[in-house]
Amino acid sequence: MIEVIIRVLGVVVAFLTLPLLVGQAEHKVMAHMQGRLGPMYAGAFHGWAQLIADGVKFVQKEDVTPADADRPVFRIAPVIALVPYLVALLFIPLGPRDWLVGQPIDIGLFVVLAVVGVGVVAVLMAAWSSANKYSLLGGLRAAAQLLGYELPFVLAAASVAMAAGTLSLPGIVAAWRPWWLLWQLPAMLVFFVAGLAEIRRPPFDMPIADSELVFGYMTEYTGLRFAFFLLAEYVGIVVISALTAVLFLGGWKGPLDGQLGWLWTLVKTFAVSFVVIWVRVSYPRLREDQLQRLCWLVLVPVSLGQLVLTAAVRVLA
Amino acid sequence: MDGIPGKGLVKGLAVTAKTMAHRAHTRQYPDVEPDLPPRSRGVIALFEENCTVCMLCARECPDWCIYIDSHKEEVVVPGAARARQRNVLDRFAIDFSLCMYCGICIEACPFDALYWSPEFEYAEYDIRDLLHEKDRLREWMWTVPPPPAHDPMGEPAKEESTAARRAAR
Repeated sequence: MIEVIIRVLGVVVAFLTLPLLVGQAEHKVMAHMQGRLGPMYAGAFHGWAQLIADGVKFVQKEDVTPADADRPVFRIAPVIALVPYLVALLFIPLGPRDWLVGQPIDIGLFVVLAVVGVGVVAVLMAAWSSANKYSLLGGLRAAAQLLGYELPFVLAAASVAMAAGTLSLPGIVAAWRPWWLLWQLPAMLVFFVAGLAEIRRPPFDMPIADSELVFGYMTEYTGLRFAFFLLAEYVGIVVISALTAVLFLGGWKGPLDGQLGWLWTLVKTFAVSFVVIWVRVSYPRLREDQLQRLCWLVLVPVSLGQLVLTAAVRVLA
Repeated sequence: MDGIPGKGLVKGLAVTAKTMAHRAHTRQYPDVEPDLPPRSRGVIALFEENCTVCMLCARECPDWCIYIDSHKEEVVVPGAARARQRNVLDRFAIDFSLCMYCGICIEACPFDALYWSPEFEYAEYDIRDLLHEKDRLREWMWTVPPPPAHDPMGEPAKEESTAARRAAR
């Protein structure tokens, strides 16, 4: 019982700190990539406490529910957006040993993919219950995007699972070899791009598209509920980065992985998070038709080809 | 759209990475003073002692933001046949809520009584407080920088060249 509590506490702590680290990194990295300094005042030293200040601000704000909104659905949507990522974090291994995983199970990959897919429900709930045409448009775009990108996302993950011959996340890392970086490269790219689209990060932020849809499905949200959506986005970055690191970059493998394996996982996760931020700063938003075209005409065929390649190598080798 | 496909994507990433590797352009203004270029137009200072109340500045001002009041005073010069008159400045005010910082008053002043000062931090909560009276305008005089050195390659001043010509004659 104590052990379960400690594990859950560990995951909750990771859930509360890692997104903040990524968020702060985004503030600073994005600023410097644009020749700015970013937050400099909060916390006195280079604005390290900016996100804490933001959190305090969000808590103080009025929690408004529009009069025409479907009240219970509207109010529970942010929570549903957030919880799947918390659950997903539970199954991502930091290291080879049991105590470095929130909850080691044999079908970890399956569960994580299933749970991350719940996000689309939260988005649709938020969009439809807001009684706002911008929200609805954003929500429908999000639904189309998430359903579309789910396919290459899962196919790419299936490729690596097929290569490792297991659905267990620690098992995949254990079977991983450095030359997989080359062999599974198309799958990795597809997984990463589809993952970006899954968490609706720029350049795939068409559902939010603040220049045309105000703020998409988040238009009507204020205060803490809005903060939940934002937090879900950043936990999403952590989950997608960690999954990419674990599935394709060899998780805890690296020099001295006997003692420092967990550190390797974290370093790789943050490196992928950095790329997520980098891509956001560098590219403009994809148009809705470009977005669907990229998914169905590029990512799906590439991931299918990768599956064939993986199967061929597995059978022949 | 020529060359290798995806070249533009890589270039985009390279540009942002390069910017990140350089120092940010931000100046932390309230904490760090900005280094202003020479001849910055911050505020107009009045060197009251030079003013003869000729009213040229007030007349030239395009939006009439200079207010001048004066009276005449008799000055008895010992030994002179009659008393002389001179103008005494009573009020000189510039309304910086109207001023458009064209600098025509400074150009127009024949007695070098008006100067540009680079000071710019005189914002007010009430727009009426932007009307600077003559003692405030006199205070700005302490912030006027010395005139820039002559351009070594430039023509000498007219006075200098005529003096030199006279001396040669």
